[in-house]
Amino acid sequence: MTTSENNGIEVRGLVKQFKKGPKAVDGIDLDVAPGEIYGFLGPNGAGKSTTVNMLVTLLPITAGRATVAGWDVATQGADVRKAIGAALQAVALDNFLTGREHLRLIASLQGITGSRADARATDLLHRVGLEEAADRKVGGYSGGMKRRLDLALALVHEPRVLFLDEPTTGLDPQSRTALWEEVRRLAREDGVTVFLTTQYLEEADVLADRVGIIDRGVIVAEGTPAELKAEIGAPTVEVVPTSDSDRAALPAVLAQFGECLAAAQPGAVAVRLRGGSDRASLVTIVRAIDDGGLKIDEIRQHEPTLDDVFLAKTGRSLEGAGDDEATEGAPGAPGSGSASAATADDRDAEPVA
Amino acid sequence: MTSATATAPAPQGVVNPHAVGTSLPHQVLLLARRSIRGALSSPAGYMPGIVMPLMLLTINSSAMQRSTSIPGFPADRFLDFIIVITFMQAALFATSSAGLGLVRDIESGFLDRLALTPMRAGALVVAQISGAIVIAMGASLLYVTIGLVTGVDFHAGFLGVLALLGLAAWTALAFATIGAWIALRSGESEALQGIFPLLFASLFLSTLNMPRELIQADWFAAITRVNPVSYMIDGMRSLIITGWVPRMLLEDVLVLVVITAIGVSGCARALRRRMAKA
Repeated sequence: MTTSENNGIEVRGLVKQFKKGPKAVDGIDLDVAPGEIYGFLGPNGAGKSTTVNMLVTLLPITAGRATVAGWDVATQGADVRKAIGAALQAVALDNFLTGREHLRLIASLQGITGSRADARATDLLHRVGLEEAADRKVGGYSGGMKRRLDLALALVHEPRVLFLDEPTTGLDPQSRTALWEEVRRLAREDGVTVFLTTQYLEEADVLADRVGIIDRGVIVAEGTPAELKAEIGAPTVEVVPTSDSDRAALPAVLAQFGECLAAAQPGAVAVRLRGGSDRASLVTIVRAIDDGGLKIDEIRQHEPTLDDVFLAKTGRSLEGAGDDEATEGAPGAPGSGSASAATADDRDAEPVA
Repeated sequence: MTSATATAPAPQGVVNPHAVGTSLPHQVLLLARRSIRGALSSPAGYMPGIVMPLMLLTINSSAMQRSTSIPGFPADRFLDFIIVITFMQAALFATSSAGLGLVRDIESGFLDRLALTPMRAGALVVAQISGAIVIAMGASLLYVTIGLVTGVDFHAGFLGVLALLGLAAWTALAFATIGAWIALRSGESEALQGIFPLLFASLFLSTLNMPRELIQADWFAAITRVNPVSYMIDGMRSLIITGWVPRMLLEDVLVLVVITAIGVSGCARALRRRMAKA
């Protein structure tokens, strides 16, 4: 059997409910094809990390079914763990070990010993750009270096499915781009299936073949970034009038080009342009404003983004959406990066429904 | 390749040929080595466990020497009587060294990292406990050496010293399992720090400074009678100041069996709950 045949992810009706809490994940369905990069996008507390922790077998599922690389996460956890690598939200390192010692330890636990382990460690240290720091204790590493080592540890045994839970959080732009390149290479050259959670729109847009948007434990949209944006339709035009009287008159002028909306920019008037062949250009809109005798300070065309998709599906903007409700990212909270940091009671949570 | 079970409707899964895992003893060895290195890499972590017993030994042996003149006191030198405190304290420190190592792994998420390897869940706990015992034994060897240098007469002879080290190791094991249990149950270093004063108090509410027969306050004698630490102290001490006393050794062993059984079963339960994997 070639390893690419069966290294996808299939999830049906997956539910996680913690004791004394709402459903962190509320019946999600998703499919990730072998070799695909799947971006799981959502605000803090949406259920991203909880989903990952269930898929990597660190949290028991409350209801539903999930298979990873063909193995059932509820009944074949040991086989799932052999097939996957994971870099979880909280960078999981031992400050008393060096980078190389980490790689050798994990390699040894995976059954890779002796010169093979050395070679594997050297290769991975080179791949994540940590050769020079390889023999330093990780307590002295920067956040970016720790992230990169964490990724290397997830790759020690050449997993067929890779889970990355917010892997670029806290990384500088250069490290972020390097990590994106490595993830792309893993998927394209090695055929690794990548399940990537992120709260960064750009990351999902640039990196993912397909995106699932999760909010409050429910997948609200799924598709390629282009498909999702196409759902929203045509771009939005925001116009900033010179005076208040012109602001009052502007909607009547703009309404001929599409549906007027609340503008993101204070003092502006926005219109979502009609799609199809009669979509107006910026020049047409400026002429219409001029013909109406109105004066403007600024006009800007805004292409649809994944944030617009999130806004359209949930009525809220993705950026900051989780700030007032976030529990997922809080240390020790259910579904936070470290599954074992949750209390033993959380681990024992039984289905409530 | 492992085949899918009948309960799984999923197709035959993919197993990474590189992820073959390793044997339990090898896992314990790898992780115990890491545990010991981790403990020894921070002098602030292990030095109090070595120095404090020596300080208490020095202070008590000089301050309470006159106790030996009490009729019926079982030793001529208080140093011979009190040196057992060092072995007990080394064992008590195993509570925190085993527990804190686990808490550190839980809090940092490293436990999750290890849980995603073919590591057997118990290997990490056994390794942390083993590491704590090795450190306690290193300290105990130092205390035996100090005893020999300062003229402590080990009445049970060379075999008695070996038996003393064995009991010290078992005592460290018993306390380490309690520390590991608390660590796994709570996942918090505060819980471990909270238990340590209690253990320390139990050391002084025992027969540490005076044989039970010579304790005049009835309430104190009653506490020493129900305090299991008294039996551990009496067992180890008998090898130093008396020789082979089967009843005292048996009582010590029975207490150790009970505490170890409680610790191990608590660890197993807490580990199952924490590593609630498929």
